[in-house]
Amino acid sequence: MYVYADNAATTAMSQVAVDAMMPYMMTVYGNPSSLHSVGQEAKEALENARATVAQCLGCEPREIIFTSGGSEADNQAIRSAAYYGARKNKKHIITTAFEHHAVLHTLAKLEKEGFEVTYLDVRQGHTITAQQVKDAIREDTCLVTTMYANNEIGSILPIAEIGAICKEAGVPFHTDAVQAVGHLHINVKEQNIDMLSLSGHKFHGPKGVGALYVRKGFPIQNLIEGGAQERGKRAGTENIAGICGMAAALKDACDHMDENMPRVAAMRDKLIAGLSKIPHSALNGDPVNRLPGNVSFCFEGIEGESLLLLLDMKGVAASSGSACTSGSLDPSHVLLAIGRVHDVAHGSLRLSLSEYNTDEEIDHILQVVPEVVQYLRSMSPVWRDLQNGKREYIL
Amino acid sequence: MALYSEKVMDHFTHPRNVGVIENASGVGEVGNAKCGDIMKIYLKIENDIIEDVKFETFGCGSAIASSSMATEMIKGKSIYDAMALTNKAVAEALDGLPAHKMHCSVLAEEAIHNALKDYFDKNNIPYDKSQFPDCEHCEHCE
Repeated sequence: MYVYADNAATTAMSQVAVDAMMPYMMTVYGNPSSLHSVGQEAKEALENARATVAQCLGCEPREIIFTSGGSEADNQAIRSAAYYGARKNKKHIITTAFEHHAVLHTLAKLEKEGFEVTYLDVRQGHTITAQQVKDAIREDTCLVTTMYANNEIGSILPIAEIGAICKEAGVPFHTDAVQAVGHLHINVKEQNIDMLSLSGHKFHGPKGVGALYVRKGFPIQNLIEGGAQERGKRAGTENIAGICGMAAALKDACDHMDENMPRVAAMRDKLIAGLSKIPHSALNGDPVNRLPGNVSFCFEGIEGESLLLLLDMKGVAASSGSACTSGSLDPSHVLLAIGRVHDVAHGSLRLSLSEYNTDEEIDHILQVVPEVVQYLRSMSPVWRDLQNGKREYIL
Repeated sequence: MALYSEKVMDHFTHPRNVGVIENASGVGEVGNAKCGDIMKIYLKIENDIIEDVKFETFGCGSAIASSSMATEMIKGKSIYDAMALTNKAVAEALDGLPAHKMHCSVLAEEAIHNALKDYFDKNNIPYDKSQFPDCEHCEHCE
């Protein structure tokens, strides 16, 4: 048995999405900017896909800009709001300490350009409150950008409350909703969201395509100069096949959300209950307001990369926030931000589920994870010291 | 392409010489939990020969494989051969390590050297202190 439990990294494409893409590679290959019929047919597919995505988010089709993915959408949203703010001498941005790097690195660049960024503390409850946002807003705040739900630890943020506060204060609100779209009910109008980023491959659509919702009237700037595609806000011939695949996958996800997500959440809860029995372990993330598919743990005394390699050999594909898996010397900034110390952040495991997972697969995970943790602890000098009382347990 | 060579995976999944030696002649521990790797080497030495060696490692796959390979390379050898063991030799014996994992082989070399230093100290055997750089100051932990 091989269990794919890394759906927060990417998902398998659905048949619906693949079927939706095929015609636009083989027969309707025209350029939507062309006047001939094969081009106009592609144009029609593009606009239908836009209407579908808009409907899933509760906005108008003209408020959707297709991009190359979530990272591009985040970059465009944040830079637009920052430069618009700067024109009015507003150079303060509010975000959280556990955003995706697409947001954090964009903000770091803006800091070098003279912007000031407030990173909201996420240690309390592994999330933020709307009150924290309210308290951080200043006269010169030009943007609030908080993720909808965290990719590593699954916490869902109080987006509607944050949206209401931003609306009242007159501050633009962007949310990186890459992990939430297709999994949670979203309505950008009701939730007072001004900009929202999404990515196709997180809900069984294709990679390399995403979208940015921008509330009508917001002065969005383009990152990529060129032709007049996407109302002049994103140059480059449209990735029609990808866009159609993403729209079909999103519609499918939204149409079946109410049946799929409770089942996914039930598998998640079974995993959390089972893994919590491993001694000296801790669940990361908000236990209640949590993505249906996210399970994130720290296990004391072991290191994440060796855990992942052994799990892979035993038929479980997962991920970790250890330094060795991040390609840097530090463990995940998310785990450090919620207050996990380096020693235990290295021993993290994320299992992320989708509706393609089965109860049998959950049982398999519950069998192999405790075995592998036990095995690695048996050869760990840290674990020995903990057991001998030479080192104090953190978890 | 796989992340690691077959040799690394073999030593990672079937590590040799895992464990502890009670009343060891020398014990060496390097790394720290903060940077995600700790290696501990136990030596049993008789007549300058490493009669037995065991290790415990907290770390990634290449750290475990490096410890395993290094212990195999010094078992039954003289303490002078063990002192001459380099991280490069460990990495080569594993058919190479990815560039960002070379520090794991450095840890293995240092853990063995530290265990030998412990043995020298316990037995009042003189040695050249410059042969034992302090691991705490390597770039990995800074």
